[in-house]
Amino acid sequence: MASAQETARGAERQDIRNRWLLSAPALIIIFLAAIGPLFIMLAYSFMAKGDYGDVKFGQFSLDGWFSVFLQRDIFDDTVSLADAHLTIFWRSVRLSLATTVVTLLLGFPTAYFIATRPAHKREVWLFLVTIPFWTNLLIRTFAMQEVIRNEGVINTTLLMLGVIQRPIQIMYTDTAIMFGMVYVYLPLMVLPLYAAMEKLDFRLVEAAYDLYAGRLQALRRVIIPLVKPGIIAGSILVFIPSLGAYVTPRVLGGGKNLMLGNLIELQFGQGRNWPLGAAISITLMVIVMTALLLYVRSATRGGAENNG
Amino acid sequence: MARSFDIRAQPGFATIAMFTFFLLYLPIVTLVAYAFNAGNSIAVWEGLSLRWFVSAANNDIVQQAALRSLIIAVFAASISTVVATMAALATTRTKPYRGLTFKYAFINQPLMVPEIVTAVALLIFFSRIKVWTGYSGLGYLIAAHTAFCIPFAYLPIRARLEGMDLTLERAAADLYATPWKTFRRVTFPILRPGIIAGFMLAFVISLDDVVITEFVKSGGQDTLPTYMLGQLRRIVTPEINAIATVFLAISVAIVTVFFFLNRKKA
Repeated sequence: MASAQETARGAERQDIRNRWLLSAPALIIIFLAAIGPLFIMLAYSFMAKGDYGDVKFGQFSLDGWFSVFLQRDIFDDTVSLADAHLTIFWRSVRLSLATTVVTLLLGFPTAYFIATRPAHKREVWLFLVTIPFWTNLLIRTFAMQEVIRNEGVINTTLLMLGVIQRPIQIMYTDTAIMFGMVYVYLPLMVLPLYAAMEKLDFRLVEAAYDLYAGRLQALRRVIIPLVKPGIIAGSILVFIPSLGAYVTPRVLGGGKNLMLGNLIELQFGQGRNWPLGAAISITLMVIVMTALLLYVRSATRGGAENNG
Repeated sequence: MARSFDIRAQPGFATIAMFTFFLLYLPIVTLVAYAFNAGNSIAVWEGLSLRWFVSAANNDIVQQAALRSLIIAVFAASISTVVATMAALATTRTKPYRGLTFKYAFINQPLMVPEIVTAVALLIFFSRIKVWTGYSGLGYLIAAHTAFCIPFAYLPIRARLEGMDLTLERAAADLYATPWKTFRRVTFPILRPGIIAGFMLAFVISLDDVVITEFVKSGGQDTLPTYMLGQLRRIVTPEINAIATVFLAISVAIVTVFFFLNRKKA
């Protein structure tokens, strides 16, 4: 008996070893071309900046991290908050929050609309949401530019209707960036919302009406609480890429209205301050990872509550 | 009976939904429309013409960028699909074992870190290697693309595997098939739709990438998206619209095939 047990255990060990071997190529590639470089970047953030970009290799310095939020006066060495960086941080957070709210306001009714169609029609509507989602992000940003430019669809239409006398300047403003991000990330809000609403048990809504709830009450007290996991998932999925957006602010913000992604690029380009760029990148990554962790924790806790 | 009361209806929701769909398609339609503009500008409509498609097709730089995009996407999607299939076989249909969660986290990592962060980390790492080895070919771009394509290839393959039980494979093994033969003759044919879906997803993701490519590429290694990004800084002619339209058509075609493949399965 003992030997049979041992053989079984041996086979299991063999199986696990095979499984490690099978997954090794994927793990190695991701380590070499995604995770490993992040650690190198962490090391770079603690080095002195080189004169023409890059770093003075192996020379320890905290200047990079210091400059993320602070600056030293070149004349009298007084330390103050780095206003320019704080402005960009604040703009990134503000625009990402605004994008999340607007996509939610548009996405919630849209997902609800799709989820309440007859089953065979849902797929078509869903497909219509998916197509822009799989279209190149740059192309969608460029398409947005066509709409909001001074000679774009919005301004031309308003001019023709005589609503305005001269074009409204939307391009190269924070609003333009937000429009672009709403457009680009809207499907990321609709899809998880739809997934949650598809499973919605409408008998509960019916029960609410039987108990004399109005439409708004049914929405607020029954539907929204039931699809809350979808709302949270959608908001996270929109907020995180918005915070790290690079292409949309670069194209629609026009070099003046930077977001974090552009600030990072600047340090590796004209700024020639790689340690600072590395430090900001890591700060951004930590914020995103924290948001994800909070989400995962709340999702698992929510799941446990539902089961209990 | 009085007017029927639809418990599913919410006032105004259908209107907002229609507005959203209008919003989703207005920019794309505008972009495509101006690709067919006869004039030189993306603002003034001067009649229908295919001249910008012809001009884009005859543009050497565009041709090279398109070819480069295609080469990178084919390599990245192929390699990532193979290793993702192996990884999926290794992480499904088993009792939880030590390291399984670690593998999930590792494989999905490229989805969790903002692209710009990975991009500059790769810039740092690869610029060092370029100095050490003197090699500055497409290998870096292929490696970077392969890494972020792996989670996309992995997801549909894993989903397909999780719906398969081990009975057929056990039967094959009972009939003295070697593990390789079992995979070739039993597992692979059933898994094939998942693998095709994974490959297509990885292909589109690689083809679409802007940010990581922009930071990893060496001089003269523009792909179609980074070429377009560079052009947007200048005066834009409808040629960009024409390129974007072709690009759009390819993505939509792939997604449509993907959609119908997945639908048949369900």
